[in-house]
Amino acid sequence: MELAVENNVHKFTQALRGSFRQGVFGEKLRAKALELLESNRFPTSHDEYWKYTRVNRISTKEFKIQHGELTSIESFKIKGLDSNAFVFVNGFFSEKLSTFSDECKSLVSVYSLLGGITSEYTIENGIFDQLNTAFATDGLHISIPKNVILEQPIEIIHVQTGNEVIGSVFHHVDVARLAQANVVMTFHSLEATNSFVNVKTNVSIEDGAHLTMTKVQTESNQNYHIATENVNQAENSNFTINTIILGGELVRNNLNIRVNGQNCETNLNSAYILKGNQHVDNHTLVDHRVANCLSNELYKGVIDDKAIAVFNGKVFVRKDAQKINAFQSNGNVLLSDSASVNSKPELEIYADDVKCSHGSTTGQLDDKAVFYLRSRGLSEKQAREMLVQAFVGDVLAKLDEPIQEFVNQVLEQRFGWDLV
Amino acid sequence: MLKINNLHASIDGKEILKGLTLEVKPGEVHAIMGPNGAGKSTLASVLAGKEDYEITDGSIDFDGKELLEMEPEDRAREGLFLAFQYPVEIPGVSNVNFLRAALNAKREYHNLEPLSAKDFMALVREKSKIVELDAKLASRAVNEGFSGGEKKRNEIFQMAMLDPKLSILDETDSGLDIDALRIVANGVNTLKTENNATIVITHYQRLLDYIIPDFVHVLYDGKIVKSGPKELALELEEKGYDWIKAELGETV
Repeated sequence: MELAVENNVHKFTQALRGSFRQGVFGEKLRAKALELLESNRFPTSHDEYWKYTRVNRISTKEFKIQHGELTSIESFKIKGLDSNAFVFVNGFFSEKLSTFSDECKSLVSVYSLLGGITSEYTIENGIFDQLNTAFATDGLHISIPKNVILEQPIEIIHVQTGNEVIGSVFHHVDVARLAQANVVMTFHSLEATNSFVNVKTNVSIEDGAHLTMTKVQTESNQNYHIATENVNQAENSNFTINTIILGGELVRNNLNIRVNGQNCETNLNSAYILKGNQHVDNHTLVDHRVANCLSNELYKGVIDDKAIAVFNGKVFVRKDAQKINAFQSNGNVLLSDSASVNSKPELEIYADDVKCSHGSTTGQLDDKAVFYLRSRGLSEKQAREMLVQAFVGDVLAKLDEPIQEFVNQVLEQRFGWDLV
Repeated sequence: MLKINNLHASIDGKEILKGLTLEVKPGEVHAIMGPNGAGKSTLASVLAGKEDYEITDGSIDFDGKELLEMEPEDRAREGLFLAFQYPVEIPGVSNVNFLRAALNAKREYHNLEPLSAKDFMALVREKSKIVELDAKLASRAVNEGFSGGEKKRNEIFQMAMLDPKLSILDETDSGLDIDALRIVANGVNTLKTENNATIVITHYQRLLDYIIPDFVHVLYDGKIVKSGPKELALELEEKGYDWIKAELGETV
């Protein structure tokens, strides 16, 4: 069948098939994904879901799948985190660079060692999801059993290295009844150009369980990143996700949270600090399917130079989901005349007894505040930095201290912030 | 210390200061009074270096340096302090962190080592007492959620911390009840030495019962039209600003 629209998916996947060996998903699922890809296309600005984000920078490249060599992981580890660390280089698990306890080993499986997922998996419509199913080289299956409180965080370190390399990773996190875990994912690049991370994480949080997930994206500004998290929450569960974006030329995060049980709490925090030609797009969805839940979303961005931020946050409150408290806020500060933001908070409420609010603000730094600080002796640079830090400070303050330190280090090195 | 000579300043093409001349020497307290719209706050803003104003003529000498050539932060580091009429609320910026950065910026400018955290906190404790500022306020975000009186006390607390040569109090008394006014005035008096100077800008004579000026100037239509000893303030209070207008021979 010939497609009328220009379709470079075939070319894109052709290049990958050649270098793909073995991965997360079994042959049947892969074949299905490849078949779906054949009739799919890359999104354009005509697709509502991708209105403000063009993926030409990705779709026109010919990526390859290849291992990368890393001698040390030290500079990418979060100091003082005391974690079990699992390392992926170009999407391949590196046992050599990973360090984890025996206790943790029993909770975490590496997909490439399992022989491929064969059942109970839905391939979604999106092209990047299908690409992930077709080409994911590796990932973790984290399974926290009933009543287990995992004190040490699980740190998943992803590093891309090389030119035009794709790293496709699939993780699955299961937190069983009354269990508790803390997962930290970081994304880095080392001597990488035009590299692309396509990561998908499925999360299932069962009755009364707690999960905190923190993502820190620090790839250099010549790389691409597309991430999807699909989260399901059962009753009485608590989920917090922190997304800190400090790097990447093109970043798209799709965060989909379905709250399926009552008495759940859901927190979504994000700080994005952009400069140069970065384009960062956060799409979030909180789907309140049942009553008596709380969700709290706070996304804050600082955008400099010609960078572009996109925020699209949707909150659904279904017909019978009464007594929902859902709060959503997106704030942006533009530091240059060429920086821009497209912010679209959306509330769709079909229940009639709820407390919901959303808001979006975009502005510049308050000149009066800058002058006030300068009139006390701070330089203009110091004053502006202090205000910028204060702006994203309430998001960063929610992070565990070692992660805050790690983020501060990136802000000092990459953005030249002089932190007080 | 401060010599303002024939200062002309305008905003959005409108001339506000029309040839203001004033000299302040160390150890002196000068009060500048005047009706609304006379240019009192413009003078304060121009001295502090607010960029909205265009200086069209005149000069300001501050301890031998041309003030108008300096950035606002350098004016502060040289020892000029403006207590704002409307102190800005800055959410997320802690009062003490900001003051520590300010103090150390000033010390660096004068080739001094930064103050240690311990010495700094000792200074905070000492100086916050001067204006009876609760230690909790000192560590909160700058002016956020402060009452009017707390904001003004915080201004004087910052003044105490930064130990300026010349302080300009821009309507610091406005909106204060008598207790807060006494605390603020007492703070200013405590900080007075023979080496520093103060310019008190006010609309009301009442503040001058507590901060006794050496000179009182009447600012009217962008110029100082009358100067005198502290008794001039009382006379103004009694006769009102119309008296000045009449004296100037205005017939409008």
